[in-house]
Amino acid sequence: MQIEFRDLMVNVATGGVDLDKQLPPVLLLHGAGMDRTVWSQQTRYLAHHGFAPMAVDLPGHGDSEGELLPTIAAMAEWVAGFVEKMGLDPIRLVGHSMGSLISLEVAARHPQTVERLILMGAAAAMPVHPELLGAAERNEILAPQLMTAWAHGSRAHVAGNPTPGLWMRSGCQALLERAAPDVIYNDLAACNSYEAGDVAARIECSVSVMVGSEDKMTPPKATAQLVAGFSEVDLQHLKGVGHMMMMEAPDQIRELLLQALR
Amino acid sequence: MVEPDYLKFDTLSLHAGQEPDPTTGSRGVPIYQTTSYSFVDTEQAAGLFNLEQPGHIYSRISNPTVAVLEERLAALEGGVGAVCTASGMAAFHLACATIMSAGNHVVASRNIYGGSHNMLNLTMPRFGIQTTFVDPRDLDAWESAITPDTRVLFAETLGNPGIEVLNVPAVAEIAHSHGIPLMVDATFTTPYLMKPIELGADIVMHSVTKFLGGHGIALGGVIVDGGRFDWAANDKFPTLSEPYDGYHGITFSEEYGHQALSMRARAEGLRDFGAAMSPANAFHLLQGVETLPLRMRRHVENTESVIDFLETNDAVSWVSHPAVSSHPDHELAQSLLPHGAGAILSFGISGGREAGRRFIESVQLASHVANVGDAKTLVIHPASTTHQQLSAQDLTAAGVGEDLIRLSVGLEDPSDIIADLARALRASQKG
Repeated sequence: MQIEFRDLMVNVATGGVDLDKQLPPVLLLHGAGMDRTVWSQQTRYLAHHGFAPMAVDLPGHGDSEGELLPTIAAMAEWVAGFVEKMGLDPIRLVGHSMGSLISLEVAARHPQTVERLILMGAAAAMPVHPELLGAAERNEILAPQLMTAWAHGSRAHVAGNPTPGLWMRSGCQALLERAAPDVIYNDLAACNSYEAGDVAARIECSVSVMVGSEDKMTPPKATAQLVAGFSEVDLQHLKGVGHMMMMEAPDQIRELLLQALR
Repeated sequence: MVEPDYLKFDTLSLHAGQEPDPTTGSRGVPIYQTTSYSFVDTEQAAGLFNLEQPGHIYSRISNPTVAVLEERLAALEGGVGAVCTASGMAAFHLACATIMSAGNHVVASRNIYGGSHNMLNLTMPRFGIQTTFVDPRDLDAWESAITPDTRVLFAETLGNPGIEVLNVPAVAEIAHSHGIPLMVDATFTTPYLMKPIELGADIVMHSVTKFLGGHGIALGGVIVDGGRFDWAANDKFPTLSEPYDGYHGITFSEEYGHQALSMRARAEGLRDFGAAMSPANAFHLLQGVETLPLRMRRHVENTESVIDFLETNDAVSWVSHPAVSSHPDHELAQSLLPHGAGAILSFGISGGREAGRRFIESVQLASHVANVGDAKTLVIHPASTTHQQLSAQDLTAAGVGEDLIRLSVGLEDPSDIIADLARALRASQKG
């Protein structure tokens, strides 16, 4: 569905049902260069299990209008404003990769806005390989290729898509290729320059973190550094899974998500 | 410089889509010869039917053995997903029915398989879908044939039977400039010789029966979804961009984005039209796909040997294959088909129709069948078989002369293939 916000249209996937504001709202934030469809294995399920999911396309991503936001802080302020405009606060916030950094910042800056925080593929810092950053800046296809190669665990490079007929690797690459020029670079640069500081210590709401054992983009060690900063956290390890855990292990993520949201 | 550490083509041909069976450890792909699947509980059943979670319900819609083949073919083509069907024609119909409705229009190459031509020319009009046929080499013709109702451009990567090479990037650009996709039938090239999605095509279909299977023992088709086309960029594709009552108002492009076509083709197309591939056929076809790169290399080598022979034979008036320097698409083939332009060629036999009949009846090693892409060498006289439903005018437009012999070069020792052809050509001239 399309929602007007600050005179621009924001595209949101609600799991194929009308948004029911009587149900607990869940805002899902995608990673760098991606869009709402990274949550396609979760939104419809949540919509039929007592929640009102909103997988949002960030400005300039997917089918949302608007200029790209250059920093994680700017993205966080945009999200907080969107939640306020929708009258959904306090909200359950779910973020993947870059979306996890945005979620952290929203929760730290606007504690009254976030009721629960669920982070996937998260780390306190997300330095980007300089050759990937360079390829993204030049809008070369190498950028989607490298991101796809590094974002999946070894199993996902061979098989394992539970949705009959779908091929995970090309699914990720095609999604990134569909991004408009400069989107991937904007997002990777935002991640690369992000400094978490004491953000974890400022989080007041409950936090759940999910990490894949084969995540090369936010490796378990990097996630552990972030997790150490939380006063209380539910940490879930997913064996044999890479960075794109929502697609690689959708059944596990659905169940963990439901537990964390409840 | 860093490079993506993707598994390579030969490896994917063997492995993509399959892990050892989690229950038995079976290394080979098991044949899940079942119609249906037990549900864990009513909640899971409801979730499967409502597309809340993935899984198998009934083998008309999906099957674990078929799913391995689908994932493997999607991997080899570089597509986001694939849907296998009972035959290549079923795949063609599934793709058309998924993206079009009555009132829509197709622009298609006139040099396509007779069955595809019939479906577009005779059958689809009964359901309100019209087609304009164009010379696939004439880019202006593609452009000028497009109307506001056009929803897809369609051609074969290598035309039938003239082996015209489709300029995929150029035709794709024309399609995209009108907000419509390019669909190609890549049966003659297979992903080993050409990856149309990388060149700009949006939907790739195959008769898996042919080179992908290779053995000629099982029918099958597939559509591969490139995943790069934006179905919601305009209002031309409401089946993908508007709510669908079949699944409680789901909008496929909204929920699945770049995988919308794959999801709708299965959820609606296989559910309602039912042209599913059998698990046994999927198993047979998988055996062929495992050796696809090895076979295609040999097909191409043998074809080059046969061309060298035919070009110097007095009973042959012309040879048509993109590897021949006089072929109109020779240079294009060098660019788009660097590993070879396939194993199907046509040639003209001196003496016309009667000599052609004598040739066909004189071959001993080559088989006279209505098929191509077998491991065995095949011959046919299209004017009397695959294209016999076409009118004389359509035959001429499709480039099918009465002297035309189509040859699908197999994997036999090339000297044996050539000896057989030489014997039959001698016989053909003794009228």
